[in-house]
Amino acid sequence: MPHPDDTPQSLYEGMVPLARLKDRHVYRHVIALVVDNETGVLARVSGLVSGRGYNIESLTVAEIDKDRQLSRINIATSGTRQVIEQVKAQLGRLVPVHEVRDLTDEGPCVARELALVKVACTGDKRAEALKTCEIFRANVIDTTPQSFVFEVVGDTDKIDAFIDLMRPLGLVETSRTGIAAIARGPAGFLSDGLSPNTPS
Amino acid sequence: MTARAAVLAESEADTFMSGARLILKALEDQGVEVVFGYPGGAVLPIYDELFKQNRIRHILVRHEQAAVHAAEGYAHSTGKVGCVLVTSGPGATNAVTGLTDALMDSTPIVCLTGQVPTHLIGNDAFQEADTVGITRPCTKHNYLVRDADQLARVIHEAFHVAREGRPGPVVVDIPKDVSMGQGRYAPPLPRGAAHKTYRPRTAPDARAVREAVALMAKARRPVFYTGGGVINSGARAVAALRELLALTGFPITSTLMGLGAYPADQDQWLGMVGMHGTYEANLAMHDCDLLIAVGARFDDRVTGNLAFFSPGSKKIHIDIDPSSINKNVVVDVPVVADCGQALEALVAAWKAETAPRPGLAGWWRQIADWRGRDCLYYEQKGPVIKPQYAIQRLFEIAKDRDPFICTEVGQHQMWAAQFCGFTRANRWITSGGLGTMGFGLPAAIGAQIAHPGALVIDIAGEASALMNIQELSTAVQHKAAIKLFIINNQYMGMVRQWQEMLHGGRYAHSYSEALPDFVKLAEAFGCAGMRVSDPARLDQTIRDMLDTPGPVVCEVAVDPRENCFPMIPSGKAHNDMILSAEDAAAKRITGEGLALV
Repeated sequence: MPHPDDTPQSLYEGMVPLARLKDRHVYRHVIALVVDNETGVLARVSGLVSGRGYNIESLTVAEIDKDRQLSRINIATSGTRQVIEQVKAQLGRLVPVHEVRDLTDEGPCVARELALVKVACTGDKRAEALKTCEIFRANVIDTTPQSFVFEVVGDTDKIDAFIDLMRPLGLVETSRTGIAAIARGPAGFLSDGLSPNTPS
Repeated sequence: MTARAAVLAESEADTFMSGARLILKALEDQGVEVVFGYPGGAVLPIYDELFKQNRIRHILVRHEQAAVHAAEGYAHSTGKVGCVLVTSGPGATNAVTGLTDALMDSTPIVCLTGQVPTHLIGNDAFQEADTVGITRPCTKHNYLVRDADQLARVIHEAFHVAREGRPGPVVVDIPKDVSMGQGRYAPPLPRGAAHKTYRPRTAPDARAVREAVALMAKARRPVFYTGGGVINSGARAVAALRELLALTGFPITSTLMGLGAYPADQDQWLGMVGMHGTYEANLAMHDCDLLIAVGARFDDRVTGNLAFFSPGSKKIHIDIDPSSINKNVVVDVPVVADCGQALEALVAAWKAETAPRPGLAGWWRQIADWRGRDCLYYEQKGPVIKPQYAIQRLFEIAKDRDPFICTEVGQHQMWAAQFCGFTRANRWITSGGLGTMGFGLPAAIGAQIAHPGALVIDIAGEASALMNIQELSTAVQHKAAIKLFIINNQYMGMVRQWQEMLHGGRYAHSYSEALPDFVKLAEAFGCAGMRVSDPARLDQTIRDMLDTPGPVVCEVAVDPRENCFPMIPSGKAHNDMILSAEDAAAKRITGEGLALV
């Protein structure tokens, strides 16, 4: 559910309008972090999340800058505004975290996920599976006379829909990456101007 | 730096040293004077290096938990970082309670742990534990050093992280092959140099300060609610708080951890807030129209039932940790900053603010009315000493000697908080957040080591005292002349109180069965021991305890039935307090309150 909030960004650090904090609706936010790519950093983030009982729908991590040893973590989480603000503040105080950004709050962002979907079927169901694959612009990356492995990319809803359609056709297994997300527009991530991947 | 020293420093940077020497040199350059520790196989090279030098003093404890608590006592009483050295495996796991305690109370600690050699990590080697894994959730940050070249840099960074921002414990796990290896030294970063990622905001945003002062200027029923953050921030924060209070004339209450930042002998002081806080402090929190929280975190012991917490007030919250803000209670004006800098900014802005201000006379009349209830009243009559009386007399007799007061956890801790009127910061050392029984005795030793000539008293219950009683041996060995003042009511008093109020008086396992003879116990350790049960003899016994050199154990036999009041029962609001035993009978705890701790 998109956030209906059109109030301006925080006026100063920590300042969140009371009306927002008292809103008891649950929203889904995509939060991105740039962290030092050091041993245990994922355990730090996931341990914080589980230890404090936050609801995490997706968490992905991968190195994004080899020279500066930076990784990016994308987290999709649901909660009230107060909880979302708390998640961000808690993540922000981890020592290896460079920056925390709420992509949902900061304007439009795009998020994609990749899924590998194995379907075992024969006869008419094979044709049906291939037709659905075409509609979703998925790729067939492995096939046997009794099965397909599809590769499908899109937002979480699209992948959910694809998997739902494959279920009656003989869904055997799915493997999903979780989301990678990025803000629309020209601006880079780090507020110190050093965007990851900038030659240092 | 002289030319010779510069040359030496340069040559030192180029020469290889053993890992253990690098560790000691890094500690020296961090200004460490005392390390609390316990040796073992994985830290033998570090102990060997300790043996060869005289600059850093090592205090041998009798249990690693006590090493961390002693370092906490050292840190709370000095404002410096406490330093701990323990071995791998059980050494590290025994330290976990202390580390968690330090995390909850924002105490700056650097704990060096030994680890099995790197090639054995993950192989279930003898005395191996996944120390960074185990301590990740109970430290502010932790490190595993895999290369002797990184040792000095990591230790310097550990001190930086422990000290800056909201302080906390940091673990540096050092495999034995690293402390035995060779590496190059790296000097500490200059004070104030920015860390790559950890840069807590310390200066308040000017807009936040403006909004805060605007609210303060029109408040009719304001109250300050201050916490341990003011004391952690240091002398500047304490001075600025006192100045701001003098300028505004507002009333002030404080959390358990914040006692002493504002002098308890001033008229503006309302006493402690919270579950066992005073009637006037809790009602002021409930009825105020402006709540100014400074370095406090709206803990559940303070707020009571959040749904009814201070319902009619605007709230300003000053805290260096952004995650403390809006965590439990949503606030109108957050000020993310060091308490000292924020309070100084408020002082300056308050002086510049010239708008007419409403008078506070009505608010003070209301407060005087609440004070009239005399909520800490108890009666000392008959042949048995009341625990409140013992603590009140102790503080009365000791206060002119500027004592450091430590406590364990339970009823005696709350009575100490209620009856010791601290006038200075860093004199009150207690386990607030974690509530660790067994904290006080080692903490007292740490404070005494830091202040050898000072009077350091641990107010304890007989149950808590036994949790780390082995540390009497540490006190004797290191000539730490602590005074262990045991309030013996023969029960885990707070457990008994809750069983009485919540579980129909079924005192399951809260009776202190088979207690030792504390006088003989003290003597067995080489301490002086004394006991008193007659109210008429109490003052003289306390004087004897204070005047006896060396560590002393003084057991005070008190009324076993006394309960700690006032009390906000679990699940209740600030304006629904129990003031006395009769009151408790009328206000049974039911429903959701039963499930709360």
